Amino acid sequence: MYTASDLRKGLRIKIDNDPYIVTEFNFVKPGKGQALYRCKLKNMMNGNQFERTFRSVDIFEAADMQEKKMQYLYQEEGKYCFMDNQNYEQVFLSADQVGEAQNFLLDNIEVEILFFEDRPLGISLPNFIDVVVTKADPWAKGDSVSGNTKPVTVQTGYQLQVPPFIEEGEKIRIDTRSGEYLTRVKG
Amino acid sequence: MDEDWRLAGKAEVLRVRAVMTRSIRRFFLDQGFLECETPLRIPAPAPESYIDAVASGEWFLQTSPELCMKRLLAAGYPKIFQICKCFRAGERGAFHLPEFTMLEWYRTGTDYRTLMDDCEGLIAYAAGELGLGGAVSWQGKRVALLPPWERITVREAFDRYAGLSVEEALGRGCFDEIMVCKVEPHLGMERPVFLCEYPAELGALARVNAENPEVAERFELYIAGLELANAFSELTDAAEQRRRFEKASRDRRLQNCPAYPLPERFLTALSRMPPSAGIALGIDRLAMILADQATIDAVVAFTPESL
Repeated sequence: MYTASDLRKGLRIKIDNDPYIVTEFNFVKPGKGQALYRCKLKNMMNGNQFERTFRSVDIFEAADMQEKKMQYLYQEEGKYCFMDNQNYEQVFLSADQVGEAQNFLLDNIEVEILFFEDRPLGISLPNFIDVVVTKADPWAKGDSVSGNTKPVTVQTGYQLQVPPFIEEGEKIRIDTRSGEYLTRVKG
Repeated sequence: MDEDWRLAGKAEVLRVRAVMTRSIRRFFLDQGFLECETPLRIPAPAPESYIDAVASGEWFLQTSPELCMKRLLAAGYPKIFQICKCFRAGERGAFHLPEFTMLEWYRTGTDYRTLMDDCEGLIAYAAGELGLGGAVSWQGKRVALLPPWERITVREAFDRYAGLSVEEALGRGCFDEIMVCKVEPHLGMERPVFLCEYPAELGALARVNAENPEVAERFELYIAGLELANAFSELTDAAEQRRRFEKASRDRRLQNCPAYPLPERFLTALSRMPPSAGIALGIDRLAMILADQATIDAVVAFTPESL
């Protein structure tokens, strides 16, 4: 069981026997009023989205989904193929089901595929991944810690803003939930 | 290196914030207000239904400096202000930090209408010191600061934006939801708005209006949909204040929230307090507006998560 204060982006809960994923989450509190939790929820079965506001007393059942470790193989015509390394079974997910995770699908990366009653519905990435920067403008020395950012492209093709001291060929850690740069990875 | 880069990235916002704070001090000092400091750690915060204090040993960190500042009013100080840290357990979001900075100011011998004039003067002055001219832009919304700002009652706001009356919202127990989802997004979009005359039961430490006892003399200031300040014509009836505290304490028990001892010394002082008006304004939120930042995280050097 979850309470409203456990709600966060990416959490999966059950409403009327359907699994929902929290796609947006905001804590709000009108002056002197009670804490409210405004969420956007997406039905993982049919993709329908809606907004709901919860109170701190509200409780939720976790969406009871099976998670299976699978390996990402390839993408073809908007279908993403994953394989179970135990029995070599393969499943396909649509671009919509993969969602923002497609920015972080490294070749052969191991992910959790979510099944609801044997249907693959979604993908769960590790919170942090390390990727190689494949394209970056060179660092103009002297601009060391000005707080500026510059755009880079990483090996999955994803583009993001990073500190100016990050150079091509370096490895960086990305938070897959926010899509943002976290830190430089040495070695 | 990553941390230095992150902090360096906040340099301009922190500069704006510092100029803002300096101009707030100057605004009040120039008008003869006394800047005061009251203890952050107190034995008894004001019991409020939906505000949780952080415990500090046997005592608590203040949720607002209100009680001690009113004891100063009761002792005869006519115009006081304070900029201080306040702590509220569990409040964390794009506009909330569990430790935040509050500006409070109080005047004796007047009511909350004078505080509206103060707000108009204060924020225009701070914007002027920052070279913003007569308007602020927040997240693509341009809000003109030229007085007078709009005054709208809670009743009018619900009729205009909510599609149901205040009474219906209260009756169905969804006042807060309607306020957040339907009303607030419209408030202060072209000019700042004073949302005033709250239903008496939501008055907290405000006095009820003498002509219309259904409403409390309380207002909230909104700019571009963001709530910035809460003001009262202060309740000076100690017996009534005690009843409201006891009701809030009962509400807290029903919600299984921690109980607080009643602030007895404050209640004793309240019976000597002259008619007064007081207001609390979120400094971090004002910095968000003046520095055009979308989140409260952007206007502080450190969030709790970064410690």
